[in-house]
Order: sequence, then structure tokens, then C-alpha cells
Amino acid sequence: MTSNEEGRGQSLDDIFGDFAELELENVTIQVDELKLALRPMVQQLAQAAAKAAIEMPKSLIPAQLKAPLGEYPGVIREITIGATKKEGGSRSNTVTIGGHTAPAWDLFQSPPKNPPVIAADVFDMPIPLAKAVKTHYREVLEDPAEWAKLCVDKFGADVITIHLISTDRQLGDTSPAAAAKTIEEVLQAVKVPILIGSAGDPEKDGPVLAKAAEVCEGERTLLCSATIDIYEPIAVAAKEHDQIVLSWTSLDINDQKELNRRLIEWVTPDQIVIDPTTAALGYGLEYAFTMMQRMRLAGLLGDSELQYPISSGTTNAWAAREAWLKAPELGPRELRGPIWESVTALSLLLAGNDLFMMMHPAAMKTVHDLIEWLRERRPIPVEEYADWTTIDIPEET
Amino acid sequence: MGKLPGPLDIYPLLPGTNCEECGEANCMAFATKLAEYTVKLTACAPLYREAKYVKKLINLEDLIRPPVREVVIGTGEKAASIGGKLVLYRHDLRYSNPIAFFVDVADTLEGDALSQRVKAIEDWTYMYIGQNLRLDGIALRGVSQDPQTFAKAAKKLSSLTDWPIILCSLNPEMLAAAAKAIADKRPLLYAATLDTWSDAGEIAVKHNLPLVAYAPSGLDNLASLVNTLRAMGVEELVLDPGTASRTGLGTTVDNFTQLRRAATIGENELVGYPLLATPISVWADHKEGAAPELTKWDEVLTAASMIVRYSDAVVVHSLDMWTNLPLTFLRSNLYTDPVKPVAVEAGLQEFGDVDADSPVMYTTNFALTYFTVESDIKQAGVNAYLLVVDTEGMSVQSAVAGRRLTAEKVAEALEEYKVSEKVKHKILISPGMAARISGETEEVSGWAVKVGPQDSSGIPKYLQMGKWNEE
Repeated sequence: MTSNEEGRGQSLDDIFGDFAELELENVTIQVDELKLALRPMVQQLAQAAAKAAIEMPKSLIPAQLKAPLGEYPGVIREITIGATKKEGGSRSNTVTIGGHTAPAWDLFQSPPKNPPVIAADVFDMPIPLAKAVKTHYREVLEDPAEWAKLCVDKFGADVITIHLISTDRQLGDTSPAAAAKTIEEVLQAVKVPILIGSAGDPEKDGPVLAKAAEVCEGERTLLCSATIDIYEPIAVAAKEHDQIVLSWTSLDINDQKELNRRLIEWVTPDQIVIDPTTAALGYGLEYAFTMMQRMRLAGLLGDSELQYPISSGTTNAWAAREAWLKAPELGPRELRGPIWESVTALSLLLAGNDLFMMMHPAAMKTVHDLIEWLRERRPIPVEEYADWTTIDIPEET
Repeated sequence: MGKLPGPLDIYPLLPGTNCEECGEANCMAFATKLAEYTVKLTACAPLYREAKYVKKLINLEDLIRPPVREVVIGTGEKAASIGGKLVLYRHDLRYSNPIAFFVDVADTLEGDALSQRVKAIEDWTYMYIGQNLRLDGIALRGVSQDPQTFAKAAKKLSSLTDWPIILCSLNPEMLAAAAKAIADKRPLLYAATLDTWSDAGEIAVKHNLPLVAYAPSGLDNLASLVNTLRAMGVEELVLDPGTASRTGLGTTVDNFTQLRRAATIGENELVGYPLLATPISVWADHKEGAAPELTKWDEVLTAASMIVRYSDAVVVHSLDMWTNLPLTFLRSNLYTDPVKPVAVEAGLQEFGDVDADSPVMYTTNFALTYFTVESDIKQAGVNAYLLVVDTEGMSVQSAVAGRRLTAEKVAEALEEYKVSEKVKHKILISPGMAARISGETEEVSGWAVKVGPQDSSGIPKYLQMGKWNEE
């Protein structure tokens, strides 16, 4: 019995449970009559019992809400990407993700150890882009170095991912050496840490990422990605050149654990970031959301195979037609697209994602804002909660 | 996860007669389904019919009451059931009762302006994988601060719509007038505060209406308010710890999380009530003459945060497609039963009156991909075959990248599902996203491959142009 029910006197069950049973069993009435009468009667009894006990409180009856703390023996590993001169690289700063000891943004338990970071996607050749995105990159589509610079200087990206898609046999089949040159140009153009993305070509990914690991010697880059099919050459290169590997699986927690186990044969646990695949808002986001939430919780509860920071290819949000479709009845694409990317990111942020690979500048700005807003409990004076029931809102909105 | 009753806790409280009236083979089967919350207790007719079960019934109702109680707003078909939540995380079981979206109407709107706003709210809809996404209710705001105006608007509103209504005013006189006017519509009263609990509580008790407890000054105060209102006899409560956006968002998310975690995992029944968020609050910071899009942007972010973090009902102002599409999509996604498989069955699907000349398209067996393509084909009303290739539940783009969709797999599927026996041509339309494997697919399968649109919304137009079977 709860304290509150005690405040009312006896529980309803005590008051009329046995009584009703007894009374009714000893009275002979027609079954049909009983059917009709019983339910209202039980209800009336309940109400009468409740009301009889009520006395108008004279003042507030105090109660407390104890913070509902959980017990989390595990810790998500802390991974640092990039290296400064002092650390043997050439970056002006590094970024550190993970390190968490509580579910994402449960501030009452513990604030995030390291706030999530945003990586801007840069491609080594012009690619088809939604109009709302392309508008912002039109001038730099042919020049990955300039593209990277724009993302850092103007859009505030924390890190850059250079996607070497031209190495794909279908898209130009450029050589690992050519890819290395692109990487060097980007390393020259920006001082933030960089991540390397492969094309997703099963024959080329291994050699391209191996070459990338070599030219990034000392830079502590993230090689994206090792998959359950192709992981060995990438893990070997990461070991040899001390880089980090993105362990990418497809919405399957057992695959994720399996791939992490295999990678550990070469690299240390401090060289792994995991990516369970990001599906767009409306097109499977719930799978990604739940995978991330489960992995974070499993890690905190002690599953060492999942104690890694999480990465998301948030740009996948644009796979949703609602983000880019030219359909005036759905509102301006200029807003619809970036809000799609933002809301996709926001839900994964709340699920526990640490590294966001993104494209639209407004969405990147929004996620930076959200991280800032969410990272601590700020005392809010009561008078700052406006009475929304009476505010004037312009009618045309 | 908090402790939910198991079949063995439930079974002893059932009649145990195995009468099969509920449609299950026996009482144990029914107990198992009750434990999964996939059947209603009312399906056990004898429990309600026979006097000797009264005590069992009462104990059972107590036992299976969800850690977050359910509150019903409104009457009839459009009534909104909120709360009734069983778990903190959707993967622990599932989320029930999708969040109800209430859109505001000011009581100062008159005549046509009022009816137009109501109609716009009722008409807002979007077709999403075979279902119509909609909003759920109307929040009448007492902007006039005049009880008679508010009551009159409530009366007018209830004649215009059968959608559930929240009567919104912090002034109990306003609530009293409007509650009296439309009590039979079962509106939700917003709100009782630390200052007004006595009057507001009395109105709720008098008309037997659900009531929001609003205390932004801290969770202890909110708990005290709930405690007091319950002592007054208010049975149906909804909790509002206050919604702050932007720099206050962290506090708001944290408050909602504490409340829901306490109710579910903490088994603290004092706060086991539905939660109401008010993203509409962002409009208090809207500067006259400023671009409304920026305020709407904040409203979407606040609402999206509260959809993820445990609100059961939200009050918003924006009615645009670009603001409410992402929100209704997000709700739909998170409220999908998590045991729903990622993959659908591979095979050959037929749409419309197919014959030997009908086009053959292919896609992957990722559920969302498949249902999207299916919905596009159905909406277009075309006659076509759709070959569903087993990609282990990956979308086209991911499957191509992850080598789950290959020329060999497509060729195997063509063979296995005997597509050549169905049509007399050998032309296969590939998803635009799988263009890079089209050449290889031609070689391996012997079929001519035409690359279709990048997005399946382009299918109707693509087929209409008729280019797929031109040389």
C-alpha cells in the first residue's frame, strides 16, 4: 500500500472487496439482474468509499521525488581522434568522444563525459546532392580542400570526413596513390582532425584505406569503415599505423559484437568506434535509435564488446523523400531538408550517439546548439516559464 | 525495467474455468497474453459477470495497472487515450498509446477565424506507408482572460468538432466557466498549480474531469501537488513539470526523464501519470515582426526532444507541413512495435492485373524499403511485378555498399521465383540506388537491366513514360 492511499484511509480493496463478495454471495437475485447491477454497484461502492474518506486538505501535502538513480558498473571507452604536433601529428587540436558512465543526457545521474562532435562530409568528386544542400557547396564541389575549409571556417565542423568515393571502380577507379594525394591536400587545408571514408567498393576499400592509414601516420585518423566482409586489411593497417577503425554493421547487435571481437585480434579497444547504421527519419530511424540505445546501455551494464563510442552517418537523413522532394504543398524544401537532418540527429543524440557525420550547415549548427543546451541542468527561475495559455501569437503563423 | 506482472502472478486471479469465452484455449493462455499486454482484461467476461469474482477482479485490475496510468480525454471515437506506458525503453517491450498532438486555438478567435483554424487542424494529414498521419486534438487557450469569453469559445468549439479538447488557463474561474459549459465532452483541464490547486481540484472533482498538475518550480513541488490533488479525490491526473526550450532544454529533458524513470523503473506510483509537454511555450519568446520560421524551428526541436523523452501529449502551435511532418514521422517511428522484423519475406509480388507484358522491378527486403515501394506502386495504380531480393533486411543503398545486394543475388532471385515464367520479356528495372551493379547484373542474369528512379516516388512517372521496354 502506498503512503498516499494511507492518507485516504483504507485501500478500496480493504473497504469493499470482502464486503462485496460476502454480501453478494448471500443474496439471492436473478443472474441477469446481477449482471446489470454488479458493475455499477462496484463502481458506486468504490466512489462512495473514496469520497467518504476525503477531507479537503488545508494546505499542500508535501511529497518528494527521489532522483531515480541507476547502477552502471560499465564505462564507455574514451577515444581521442587526431593528434597535435606534440603528439606526433599535425592537427591544431584533437577531439575526444565517449567516456560516459550514464545513459545519454540523464543529467541527474551524470552529465556526458565528452560532448558529441560533428564531422562534415566532404567528397573527392562532385556527387548528386539535394538542392537545399548543394546550394551551400556549389563553389567547392570540385575541390575537396576548399570544401573542407568551408565546412570548418564557415559551418563550424569539429572534424572533416573525406570520402574517397572516386576510388570506386564504377565511379572513376582512381588509385590509392591519388586518394593519398587528396588526403594530403585536405590535411594541408584544415587543422582539425580528419576522418577517412572509403567508397564501399569491396575490392578497393582495403588498399585505399591501407594507403590512407599510411599517409596519415601519426595523425590518429578514423578509418571508415571495417565491415563484417572486409575488415582484415583495415584492421592490419590501423594496427601498423596506429589509427582508429570504424566498426560498421547493419542494424544487428550480434554482428556488431562479432565484428568488434574480430577487430580486437589486431587493434586495441582504444582504436574502435562503432556504427550500427543510420536510417532516415521515417525510413527505419527507430531501428538505429534502438540499436544505439541498447548498445549504450549494454556497455554501461558491463558488456565490454559494446563499450565504444558510437558514430552515425546522419547525412542518410536525406534518403527520405520528404527531405528533398519538390512539393510546395509540403512547405519549402530549404526548411524541410535541414529540419529532417536535424530531427534525425536529435533523436540519435538522445539515444547516445557521439559522432555525427552531417552535411547541411543549418543542421550542423542546430546539433551544436542542442549539445550546448542539453549538456547541463541550468536553474530556470519560475517566472521564466511564460504563461503560454495567454500569450499573443501572431494569427498568420 | 520495472517489474511487470508475469503470467503466474495473473493466473491465480482468473476464474480458472478454461471457459474459452475470451477466445483463448485456457486461462493460462489468457494470463500469458495479459502479461504481454496484448489483450484487455475485459475480454474475460465471467470476471465481470459473476459476483464471486469481484475480489479477484479488483486485485487483477490493481495488478495489471500500467506503471503509467492511462487517461482518456474527450469522448467517442476521437477520444485520446494517453499514458498507459509499461516501460522506459521501447526495446523493453513497446510504447503504447502514441503521443497525442494538441494544436492551440485562442479563445479570442471569432466566427470564421475559429472554424477555419479548427478545420485546418482537423484536415492536417499526410499519407505515410499506407497510413494517414494526423493530429489529435485542440488546446483552447484562454487568451481573453475573461471567463465568459472562454466558456463561449469552449461551447462553440465543442459544436464545431468532436476532437478531444484541453481547456487551457491558469485562472480557476476561467476553467470553472468553461468546464461547466462542456463537461460532457470530457475535456482535460489545464492546469492546477501550487497556488490554485484547491479551486482547480474542486472543478475537476465536481465534473469528474482529468486535470493537469503544473509545477515548473521543481519535481518535489510537482510531487506535492499530485499528492494533494489525489487527497482531494482527483483520480485522473496529467503531469507538467514545465517545458523550457533552448538553454532550458537540458533541464526539461532531465525532468521528464526523472519522472518517467521514477514511475517505471523506480515503481514510484505517485508520479505514474501521463506527461504533458508544451513546446508552444517557445512562442513567448517570439518577437513581433521577427521571422516566424525561426520560432517554428525551435518549436520542432523542443517537440522532437519531448517526443523522444517521454511526453504522452504535446501542445504545439505550428500547423505547417514542414514542422509537423518530422514530428508525426518521429512519433510513428518510435511507437512502432520493436519486435516488428527489419526484413519482409523475399519473393515475387504482383500488383494490379499483371500479364506477360507487365514490367518487372526489383527492390530489397528491408521492411521500410519494401513498404515504401509497395505504397508507391499501389498509389500509382499500375500493373507490375516486384521482385523482393533477400538482402538480410538492408536498404538498397546500404545493401549495395555492404555487399548484400549483388548481381549474383539478383540473378538468383530471378531464378528462384521463376520470373521468366511470368513474363515474356527479359527486362528488369533496377532501383536507381543500385545503378552500379546493373552492368554486372546483366552479365550474370542474362536479363536486360534498366535503371529506374533514385526514389520510388518516381516509379509512376517512370512507368508512364514507357521507356523501360524501349530498345
